Amino acid sequence: MPRTALKQFTIEHLQIMDQDGNVDPALDPKIPDQDLKELYRTMLKARMVDDRMYKLQAQGRMGTFPGVKGQEGCLGYGYALGKDDSIVPAFRETAALFYRGAPIKNILQYFMGMEEANVFPPEVKILPIPIAIGSQTLHGAGLAWANQIQNKPGVVLTFFGDGGSSEGDFHEACNMAGIFKLPVIFVCINNGWAISVPRTTQCASETLAQKAVGYGFPGIQVDGNDFMATYVACKEALDRARKGEGPTLIESVTYRLGAHTTADDPKRYRSEKEVEVWKPRDPMIRFKAYMEKKKLWSEAWQTKLEQEIAVEIEEAVREAEAEFQAINPYEMFDHVYSEMTPDLVAQKEHALEFAEEVAALHH
Amino acid sequence: MPVINMVKALNQALHEEMERDDKVVILGEDVAQVGGVFRVTEGLLDRFGNKRVIDTPVSEAGILGCALGMALGGLKPIAEIQFSGFMHNGFHQLNCHAARYRTRSWGHYHVPMVMRAPIGGGIRALEHHNDSEEALYVQSPGLKVVFPSGPRNAHGLLLSAIRDPDPVMYLEPKRVYRAIREEVPEGAEAIPFGQAQLVHEGKDITLISYGAMLQESLEAADKAASELKVSVEVIDLLSIVPMDTETIINSVKKTGRCVIVHEAPQSCGVGSEIISRINDHALLHLEAPIARVCGYDIPYPFFARESGYLPSVPRILAAIRKTVEF
Repeated sequence: MPRTALKQFTIEHLQIMDQDGNVDPALDPKIPDQDLKELYRTMLKARMVDDRMYKLQAQGRMGTFPGVKGQEGCLGYGYALGKDDSIVPAFRETAALFYRGAPIKNILQYFMGMEEANVFPPEVKILPIPIAIGSQTLHGAGLAWANQIQNKPGVVLTFFGDGGSSEGDFHEACNMAGIFKLPVIFVCINNGWAISVPRTTQCASETLAQKAVGYGFPGIQVDGNDFMATYVACKEALDRARKGEGPTLIESVTYRLGAHTTADDPKRYRSEKEVEVWKPRDPMIRFKAYMEKKKLWSEAWQTKLEQEIAVEIEEAVREAEAEFQAINPYEMFDHVYSEMTPDLVAQKEHALEFAEEVAALHH
Repeated sequence: MPVINMVKALNQALHEEMERDDKVVILGEDVAQVGGVFRVTEGLLDRFGNKRVIDTPVSEAGILGCALGMALGGLKPIAEIQFSGFMHNGFHQLNCHAARYRTRSWGHYHVPMVMRAPIGGGIRALEHHNDSEEALYVQSPGLKVVFPSGPRNAHGLLLSAIRDPDPVMYLEPKRVYRAIREEVPEGAEAIPFGQAQLVHEGKDITLISYGAMLQESLEAADKAASELKVSVEVIDLLSIVPMDTETIINSVKKTGRCVIVHEAPQSCGVGSEIISRINDHALLHLEAPIARVCGYDIPYPFFARESGYLPSVPRILAAIRKTVEF
């Protein structure tokens, strides 16, 4: 009996815009100028908010947070989604969230340690940011399942990192989604590093996109720093999901230009040389070059945008900090259950009494 | 009036609730075609179809995590984990997500899901199939933890669990599944959480228990009455979170003595918590130290040795005697 090949597969890599901002005319999604301008503004906003947050953190006005610099190419995912679609985020896709309409204040307050910041305006359809790695992929699958069962429109896009792809939950989410053809898109933001552990230590496979093959649905690798590629890949995945053809896995290859979080020192585990290679691939630089070529960019416009966004950010910071100052820590008992249990009522009373006693001592 | 066992009572509750609310869905391994390994979900597939009664792959985190997503998407999922000892594969979905979603979103999102699982030993099952890990769930604030002891309360508590807006760990003592039969009228009312049941009134000592250990406790109470001439008040907790401290304290204030019985490991178990509460609220009413009859702090033994592990009537009786004679 001869041995036969039962299954062969290929994995595509999609890039539409090169490092210098040149677009392949055959693949050009022909995004309208007005949208391009809005997208550019959003990318710039994500970059500027990130910069501002570093300063706030250094001043002790914000807690530890994961920077997003270099990963703003994920913007294309936010742009591709329709009004019924939702995002189950990880924690480094600010550019996509901003495009969907997430307020700056939410991002600031989340990293100031305020739970209420996790509630985005209903129309943007973004679930709370989770911190546990990879486990939100299952919530994305479950949410998509609820849509399928109830015949509701709407595809769910869930983000996770290359580190998240090593977690069992990612496997279980893909497995469930494949079996039940759930309208979900798994977007792996592969930024090369899970804190200090490189992509090569996450998985021995050549691409993360090819993992989809094992679950019976398509996977594609895209240049994650090319917002056109992320947009087009997402659009195709959305079409599949809307037609009832089930999930897609998109591996979005990008690079974290900064540290994992403000508490991390990447010099301990990666070379400056590696970072230098990635610097010119910065999605912001490419987008700007593209806009220049299209005559959509000028120094004056850039300055105007920067000024506008700076005002927007300062307003958000002011509002966020005012609310932060006004918080009452003892509200922490109120949202554990739909109604406080008698135990929590007693514990809250005790905590409040104690706080009053302490306050009396200090006055 | 139908006289049925706990399996049938649970099945009846599921039928009633799925009939009443089309948002209720069941998912888990073997729940559809075979009706669950203990047949709790029997007949539901035929009645409600495969969109509402879903056989999944063996995937505890998958089942629990997807159920959570479904709950956020407007459904009321009931996730069945075949044995509670296998819940650990998905424990972080409960502890890190289901239990926290309400707090994480400052009350905006909630997760109205039920996790059903058979729990406890005494049926000569394989390793892991007998574990009693309710204390882990008690240590996951945000979860409610419910532990029925017989057909009637199993039915009423399951209705409440499904209607509850919070995630509920609904732990079914499998040793009781077919051991007791009770009347459970169709359309019987839901039993609210946080209300322990005073199963047997007494004046000399309070015996607190839940789940399968209630039967052992009742038998021990009978023997204590006949052999020791001791009048035992027996309390069935029914829900561990929220816990009905008031009923416990009132009883202990009356009797001055207390024995707690559960089959989960002793250290930091539910018994430890009950002792703390009595300490807080009724210390000066105690005539003797509170005793515990629990599982030991060892991995649940293979079944050849489980008789040495499980709290037994003689062990409970000995604790009652010691407490009364203190």
